[in-house]
Amino acid sequence: MIPAAFDYVRASSVDDALRLLAEHGDDAKLLAGGHSLIPMMKLRLAAPAVLIDIAGIPQLDGIAASGGRVTIGALTKHAALAASDDLRKHAPALWDAANDLGDPQVRNRGTIGGASAHGDPSADYPAVLQALDATFTLAGKGGTREIRAAEFFLGMFETALGANELLTRIAFDAAPNSAYVKFHHPASHYAVVGAAVVLTLSGGTIAAARVAITGIGDAAFRAGGVESALQGVNPNDAVAVKAATAGAARGVQARADTFASASYRAAMADVFAARAVAKAASAR
Amino acid sequence: MQIDLTVNGKQTFIDVEPRLLLVHALRDSLNLTGTHVGCDTSSCGACTVLLDGVSVKSCTVFAVQASGHEVTTIEGIGTADSLHPMQEAFWTAHGLQCGYCTTGMIVSAVDLLKRNPDPSDDEIRAGLEGNLCRCTGYENIVKAVRAAGAAMRAGDPRHSVNELMPIHPPTVEPPPSGEAIIPQQLQEAKV
Ligand SMILES: Cc1cc2nc3c(=O)[nH]c(=O)nc-3n(C[C@H](O)[C@H](O)[C@H](O)COP(=O)(O)OP(=O)(O)OC[C@H]3O[C@@H](n4cnc5c(N)ncnc54)[C@H](O)[C@@H]3O)c2cc1C
Ligand code: FES
Ligand code: FES
Repeated sequence: MIPAAFDYVRASSVDDALRLLAEHGDDAKLLAGGHSLIPMMKLRLAAPAVLIDIAGIPQLDGIAASGGRVTIGALTKHAALAASDDLRKHAPALWDAANDLGDPQVRNRGTIGGASAHGDPSADYPAVLQALDATFTLAGKGGTREIRAAEFFLGMFETALGANELLTRIAFDAAPNSAYVKFHHPASHYAVVGAAVVLTLSGGTIAAARVAITGIGDAAFRAGGVESALQGVNPNDAVAVKAATAGAARGVQARADTFASASYRAAMADVFAARAVAKAASAR
Repeated sequence: MQIDLTVNGKQTFIDVEPRLLLVHALRDSLNLTGTHVGCDTSSCGACTVLLDGVSVKSCTVFAVQASGHEVTTIEGIGTADSLHPMQEAFWTAHGLQCGYCTTGMIVSAVDLLKRNPDPSDDEIRAGLEGNLCRCTGYENIVKAVRAAGAAMRAGDPRHSVNELMPIHPPTVEPPPSGEAIIPQQLQEAKV
């Protein structure tokens, strides 16, 4: 499969990338790891006239954890996240997701920024980053702006990123009691259903919970009902957790495909949310 | 546009269209046909090469992205005269049947052992998740990687592979009647 012809340019810095975006307008697309964009171009679902390769921009790669805050550059690869001890300690949910994403070769190329910007409804990070209540930094012509994960993922392949904006980094508070579990598609490894949970524990019960689900609807979402039902629950009490996580996908239009029906997806949202709660409680 | 690729240690300059995939640059421009195209949809891993030392699917990388970087293909892993312990182990442990997936499988397995020199069987299977084989059922591939790991940890690659392998390389017995000639070498078959 041969993509449509395009021009290729490399950006040397964030400013350079923004300049190139402004110069080429709607015809241009940013290229990071290429592991969503290139398959789409080969299928001619995308045919940008210009590719701006941002993979070589040095300032955007890396993980920093200090003072209870974790900051990740947009170009950080899945493999680097999966191998990070800092992440395993401070945000096991994201570490889980990175380790269970795709396969080794995909993890060696794909980036957290690309996976977020792409907005795939079956991608893992959109759920994890919402549960972590992450903040996205977007650079544009007029400077940078910050936006919370819940406002970033808008719909199927739709995010709050403007056409001439670049996602530069993602930051969140450390969440040692967090976990991500997914039912992965056996061929693609994408999430049929994935649940991310961040818990604040106090004296053996859940003081606060953030729960986000991916794979079900047009975009990953926070399961607000489950979050409030989990308050005061002992996370090791399987019956109570099961009751609290029931109806995790309530109010969401579940998708159906040849692999899983809508009702099956919704039922699995409950099951995987409960498993993620148990795993998050035993993290640390 | 002109790109600068270091392939198997040798710097080469080739002129490519930006849309040329790395796998096609390797196969068609550089005649390195050991790297195969299986699915062409980023799934099977037949096209796996090392890019700056880590495994990637070369059907999902544009050649221009690799400009200024180092690529290692199966041809750079070992040669027919001097097989890499992983190649030797795939041969000895029957880690292949048709061979289509094998070059990508070996490149991935080499990358796996670099990161984890003594993987468990589960770790071998997880490490090769990006490579599909339609023939073997994977059992002997896992055996091969295990044997190559043992050989590489032991130092002298070739000998230790054979010693550690429970299965021996196929030997051809001469026919009792002497009617058929079974060449042992390619050279014999030609005369
Ligand atoms: C075989 C296979 C299996 C996979 N399995 C999974 C899986 O299990 N779970 C999962 O979540 N994902 C999976 N993926 C997708 C993978 O995570 C991709 O790496 C990711 O979706 C895209 O990241 P990228 O860096 O490759 O981005 P690219 O493909 O380069 O870009 C994707 C999109 O994001 C834009 N973009 C990239 N970076 C930025 C930025 N910094 N700012 C603004 N826009 C940007 C691009 O313009 C493009 O529109 C899989 C992919 C493959 C090929
Ligand atoms: S040909 Fe590249 S993954 Fe199958
Ligand atoms: S040996 Fe035939 S596909 Fe693996």
